[in-house]
Amino acid sequence: MSSGKPLLSTSEPSSEPSPHLHHHLRHSSLTITSLGRLCHNTSVSSSVTEGTQDNNLYDLNEELEEGLKEELEEDITPLGDTGVLGNSVGCPAFLRTRKRFKSADLQVQLTPRERKRLVSWGGATDPQHVWTVHEFSGASPRVVSSGIQDTLNKSRRSERFLQISMQLKENFAHHDNPRLIHINDPKRTNDKFEFSGNEIRTSKYTILNFLPKNLFIQFHRVAYLYFLAIAALNQLPPLAVFGRTVSLFPLLFVLTVTAVKDGYEDWRRHRSDRNENNREALVLQSGEFHPKRWKKIQAGEVVKICYDETIPCDMVLLSTSDPSGIAYIQTMNLDGESNLKTRYARQETNKLVFDGTIFSGVITCEQPNRNIYEFTANLEIKGQRFPLSQSNIILRGCQLKNTEWAIGVVVYAGQETKAMLNSAMSPAKRSRLETYMNRETLWLSVFLLIMCLVVAIGMGLWLNRHKSQLDTLPYYRKIYFEKKKFGKKYKYYGIPMETFFSFLSSIIVFQIMIPISLYITMELVRLGQSYFMIGDRHMYDSSSKSRFQCRSLNINEDLGQIRYVFSDKTGTLTENKMEFRKASVWGKQYGSTLSVDGSLDTNIGAEDVLEGRRKWKLKSEITPDSELLKLLHKDLSGEERIAAHEFFLTLAACNTVVPIPTQSASSSDTDTTLGASYGIINYQGESPDEQALVAAASAYGYTLFERTSGHIVVDVNGEKLRLDVLGLHEFDSLRKRMSVVIRFPNDTVKVLVKGADTSMFSILKKDHPDDDHTKHATQSHLNEYSSEGLRTLVVASRDLTGEELVEWQCTYEDASTSLTDRSIKLRQTAALIECNLTLLGATAIEDKLQEGVPEAIESLRQAGIKVWVLTGDKQETAISIGLSCKLLTADMEQIIINGNSESECRKLLCDAKAKFCVKSANSSDQISKWIKNTESDYLEIPLDTKLSSWQQQHAGQEEGASFGPLALIIDGNSLVYILEKDLESELFDLATSCRVVLCCRVAPLQKAGIVDLIKCRSDDMTLAIGDGANDVSMIQMADVGVGICGQEGRQAVMASDFAMGQFRFLKRLLLVHGHWNYQRIGYLVLYNFYRNAVFVLMLFWYILYTAFSTTSALTDWSSVFYSVLYTSLPTIVVGIMDKDLSHKTLLKYPKLYAAGHRQESYNMSLFWITMLDMLWQSLVLFYVPLFTYRNSSIDIWSMGSLWTIAVVILVNMHLAMDIQRWVFITHISLWGSIIVTYGCMVVLDSIPVFPNYGTIYHLAKSPAYWLSILLIVVVGLLPRFVLKVLQQIFWPSDIQIAREAEILRKRRRFFGPKPDQISS
Amino acid sequence: MSSGDEISQTISKKSKKPQYSRFTQQELPACKPILTPGLVITTLISIGIIFIPIGLSSLSASENVVEIVDRYDDACVPSTGNDEAAKRERLSFIQNAKTNKTCIRNLVVPKKMKHPIYVYYQLDNFYQNHRRYVKSRSDRQYRSPKYEGDTKTCDPESEIDDHKPIVPCGLIAWSLFNDTYGISTKSNPVPINKKDIAWGSDKSSKFGSNVYPKNFQNQDPIGGGKLNESLPLSEQEDLLVWMRTAALPNFRKLYGRIETDLEANEKISVVIQNNYNTYSFDSRKQLVLSTTTWIGGKNDFLGKAYITVGGICLFLAIAFLLTYVIKPRPLGDPAYLSWNLNSAEL
Repeated sequence: MSSGKPLLSTSEPSSEPSPHLHHHLRHSSLTITSLGRLCHNTSVSSSVTEGTQDNNLYDLNEELEEGLKEELEEDITPLGDTGVLGNSVGCPAFLRTRKRFKSADLQVQLTPRERKRLVSWGGATDPQHVWTVHEFSGASPRVVSSGIQDTLNKSRRSERFLQISMQLKENFAHHDNPRLIHINDPKRTNDKFEFSGNEIRTSKYTILNFLPKNLFIQFHRVAYLYFLAIAALNQLPPLAVFGRTVSLFPLLFVLTVTAVKDGYEDWRRHRSDRNENNREALVLQSGEFHPKRWKKIQAGEVVKICYDETIPCDMVLLSTSDPSGIAYIQTMNLDGESNLKTRYARQETNKLVFDGTIFSGVITCEQPNRNIYEFTANLEIKGQRFPLSQSNIILRGCQLKNTEWAIGVVVYAGQETKAMLNSAMSPAKRSRLETYMNRETLWLSVFLLIMCLVVAIGMGLWLNRHKSQLDTLPYYRKIYFEKKKFGKKYKYYGIPMETFFSFLSSIIVFQIMIPISLYITMELVRLGQSYFMIGDRHMYDSSSKSRFQCRSLNINEDLGQIRYVFSDKTGTLTENKMEFRKASVWGKQYGSTLSVDGSLDTNIGAEDVLEGRRKWKLKSEITPDSELLKLLHKDLSGEERIAAHEFFLTLAACNTVVPIPTQSASSSDTDTTLGASYGIINYQGESPDEQALVAAASAYGYTLFERTSGHIVVDVNGEKLRLDVLGLHEFDSLRKRMSVVIRFPNDTVKVLVKGADTSMFSILKKDHPDDDHTKHATQSHLNEYSSEGLRTLVVASRDLTGEELVEWQCTYEDASTSLTDRSIKLRQTAALIECNLTLLGATAIEDKLQEGVPEAIESLRQAGIKVWVLTGDKQETAISIGLSCKLLTADMEQIIINGNSESECRKLLCDAKAKFCVKSANSSDQISKWIKNTESDYLEIPLDTKLSSWQQQHAGQEEGASFGPLALIIDGNSLVYILEKDLESELFDLATSCRVVLCCRVAPLQKAGIVDLIKCRSDDMTLAIGDGANDVSMIQMADVGVGICGQEGRQAVMASDFAMGQFRFLKRLLLVHGHWNYQRIGYLVLYNFYRNAVFVLMLFWYILYTAFSTTSALTDWSSVFYSVLYTSLPTIVVGIMDKDLSHKTLLKYPKLYAAGHRQESYNMSLFWITMLDMLWQSLVLFYVPLFTYRNSSIDIWSMGSLWTIAVVILVNMHLAMDIQRWVFITHISLWGSIIVTYGCMVVLDSIPVFPNYGTIYHLAKSPAYWLSILLIVVVGLLPRFVLKVLQQIFWPSDIQIAREAEILRKRRRFFGPKPDQISS
Repeated sequence: MSSGDEISQTISKKSKKPQYSRFTQQELPACKPILTPGLVITTLISIGIIFIPIGLSSLSASENVVEIVDRYDDACVPSTGNDEAAKRERLSFIQNAKTNKTCIRNLVVPKKMKHPIYVYYQLDNFYQNHRRYVKSRSDRQYRSPKYEGDTKTCDPESEIDDHKPIVPCGLIAWSLFNDTYGISTKSNPVPINKKDIAWGSDKSSKFGSNVYPKNFQNQDPIGGGKLNESLPLSEQEDLLVWMRTAALPNFRKLYGRIETDLEANEKISVVIQNNYNTYSFDSRKQLVLSTTTWIGGKNDFLGKAYITVGGICLFLAIAFLLTYVIKPRPLGDPAYLSWNLNSAEL
């Protein structure tokens, strides 16, 4: 709180607002001060002031946007110098004030870990969607200020905001501290700043630090610390309950196993590091290229890469073998995309190198960061400055392809390369059940504490009562009588200390009450479960040859409790194999009338015509529309013909696709008759849509043939057309279009544009009756296409006049060399020419649904899982895909939210809620939730509030259901307003009462925001599934992230917890494996709690009979072996292999999945029932032998032996009673455990130096021993058995019924109708 | 990270369709038990049928055991009473080595006792299972003369002055019980056989046949019985019995066996040397004469427990049988599935 005011006051003198701002400033700074005072304590006050703030701010913003751009930029430099406030956006004073206040607020929360995480988010954004970040960095005050509001209102938001400010920090960092690289002068480069060398180290340890470091890391686990503390306690003489070595055994065992595993992994890393570091590359040394080891390469050196070689560090391209300076690289290792990307050397440097001049120059670039899609730098040669961008840099780990050689200068080396900065694991997730488990572990600790206290207090009282006898009690002698030590106390420290020691030593004895072995057991079980999941043949995708992958071993059981599935559309629901389907050219539709058999001959005819002139063959063949083909073969005259010509020219030219001609030998095999003159062109592009369009253009005779940075060559029906590319405005998500400026051989200059319909129609040429007709026709075609679920693009073009060209060229040059806000400037430049366009037509591309998607979605829905689709597509496309994959059905009430302002969104939401009677959640709940999120939760949420709101929600849901199922369709635009504002809760209420939610036009971060919406506001488990880099944030945000190994590379897979080949496997993953895993782990945890507790309690009862002296009747080894050897294997086997229902039943009745939603396998009441059962069993365990051997000559080791075997048999029989499926392995492990226990006891009782020597031989002869074991088992398990039977008679669970049906049906099939089969 | 990628990549390169086996597809032949009414009732009835006979036979075995228990600790000291003076007097009596501690108890045999009749002494409220006590022993020293000095674990009764180790060391041996009993009927003495009262395994392997007592009970305070220094430990069976520390605070230990029958109503007199000091703490000493059966000594618990459990099981079996008859639920009937029930309600 105190931070707000001083900061404000210091900033005031420096703020020199522009005169016309003065009024606003005074007004709002007042508000800010009050805000600053209040924001920490209450949310109410901030929301009160919100209204006035908004107004001021927005007024201001408009003015800002119009007039203050330049001031903004000037402001950057001084701001950067202010250090702490360096993340402020370049805003005039007023805004800065606000920012400062905010940054002070943020600074508190900016822990290193958060920072890391946020940066990683930034790195993971999709190339196409980097804009979200850009947008903010570009100081768009509107967004920033709304961000501020948010930080004030919802601190959770601040994370998102933080990321933005981090991004800002990084972007502006190079102004303060740019990195200067002197080309070919590593000495000078590294003179001032020691840039890191190119040696990389992914290994964690060296031989020297392995032991301490590994131990240090291992002891980060609390369980191990507990282990260690217990073992250390046991080393103290007064406490030595167990033998010293015995007590260390379990800990040492676990530590050694883990250390060996870690050591082996690290050795492998060392080996790969060494290999990597010792690779060689050609480095320019004294005028010639000599091989040099990778680890010796320094920043500033000039490196030559040859064909197929891997790039050793991040380099700026200077020159390539291609005269135009193109290099093709494969970025498989970096982003997983298998297609080739083009990178360019600047023409200027390319020329210089070709001329053979050894040049020198300075590259000014940003500090190393992990964004692989961003690079901003300047190159200065001989006083000239050239801009460098992402297309001029080649990154470590990539491979040079299709290029003979490339020369570059090293800018980032070693650990500073983008590849190394990006190699961080996705955040570790923890399963829901494990969190609950920890809660119960806490209860166990309470029991443990109580037991220890009882023992300690008992000990104190006992000592007090026998105070006078302590020296004469034969079994308790507190002093020595030996002359030398006479009167010295023997292990006696006074009653208070003895009491305390007794407390500690009882902790040692009862240590396994906290089931440490459970963590190891769970890990093993999950490993086993993963083995079966990976091995499931039903989840093998034969088309991509990919198995199911478990990338995270911590959350198997979460799969059984998923409530929400957030799915990406493209590549996940659909195949992401784009196919050009239809086109509308000059208002006329082609391709829709195409019927397969009718047009076949004409097609062939057309093909023949073409075939004669075509020299290039495509890999994928498209059947062109004959009518359109005919049109294209007419002479180049008439509006329609020219439009068609330009239409296809645009398709061929306006893209970033690179044609790779491969003189394939296979052509001679397949097309022997046509001769080897046919080459095959392989199109490599970043977007599958573009590839499809280029392929389509080629099918119609416009084959893209060659592409360099300066020109493209298009083969038009056999004639090569060389077009100079003057400039290219790449696709960005704000403009939603792409344009290219082309000079034709006849010196006309044209702009060719393609883009989304919404963005295109607004920039078309107006007031032209002819065009109006075309426009309407195209518009209706577009609607038709998108209702069929096709992806549409609008194509337009325009001639450029000389003046326009000159003007554009100037700004373009300026914008593209600008270091700051390049993207904004480029966007403005694009706006210059992207106007008054002539509409040419539209394309429709089909995105095919993956196999089995509708069925899978239907099953998931039956299972009570809500499927939300989050897509970047248009609303219409999204709805049509929703319909085709059965997500939406005709009987659904569709609520469509597409507002363009906050108030509109609010109105739409409220209307929908009112119409469908969705009640809002209790507002106090929100406040308390907010408080809980911001402050440390000192404020407890009253339970009834929480409950009531929950009930209300559910009531709302039910009422909603009476209206018939609801479907919510919301677009990204509205989400901007809703997610950033306090409308979130409204959306949540509405969305949760809908059966289906479709979000279209969403950005990657919004996807994560939606997942977060559900995650924060409900206890439900979320699963996100996607295939592309744009899904990464969502995948990481969700409780379970699933990646699809699809077309869009491996980024999603790398970030995911599970990866698979097809969406439809999700059904099996959740309904079958998720269900099994949940049941298994749930039971495993409960059983382990029970197993350890029953043992500990048995010891506890005995201690009450030993004058509280923590004697254990069991031998030390038996105590240690109990949870490690005697009883561990069956639980693991059952945890891996037990199955309540067969997969057929589970798939047939998806509703059985709801057992996981109801937490049927693991919940509080089950825990308490288990604990009661445990109490009863422990009493039986202890008292049956006690009564049997009361007043007898039984010795302590015989009794201990009886208890050991009894408890092992009892817990194993308990398990046996609950096993649902006995396979031979279960039999072996269970009965084997009992046999092993006996074996161990025989061995332990055969060693004469142990006091228990010979016990078992003696005992086994006595019938009372066997009778008491039998009695213990039967009496111990009888209540459980009866309870089970009663439950199954009167309250059968769904699973129980399905199980009976499954088994009895099978039996009937075997025994019922065909009894003769049994004999045969 | 990089190695992880490597692994996953090599896996993905190798990955072909997973091999089919019933194991990997989790389709191994399996027995899937369900609690059908038949199974439940059969189980319960069979438990009942097995348990009740066992219970009856062990109860009758226990009934056949004839047991004479005689508490003699307060009868064999001059003063009774609970005041301090009496306590002091008792203590001085028992601690004085020179007083005559002979004490004669006359008992009547209630039923005919067939040989072997086991003679036990029973100590109550004597925590032989106290941790300090249980741990104070050195099994290595008892076993072999090589480890004579291995007395670290025996504190505080490990060595006498001048660092001479005590053999056998430790509190347990030090507190050896040393009351003796001589039994005679009216006519003639009844010999008590003290051979083979310890476990054979203890005699043969645990206590060395070449380990002789040394420095034992040579020094104050004297805890209990002395040992014959000319006999090896393995033959000192009283010690061996005593060293098998009892599991519970009230315990019996075997003193010897009477190899002749005792007739019903026969009067026997027991001459007790009441040496062992249990008077400094609230302990009781009892003499027990008992026959034995297959179940052990006299103990009704097992028999009664078996009969009770058997009875409960039979009762439950009948109760479940009635439930199944009155309110049967067809197994595997989908009508009982929760969603079907809900829709029926709607």
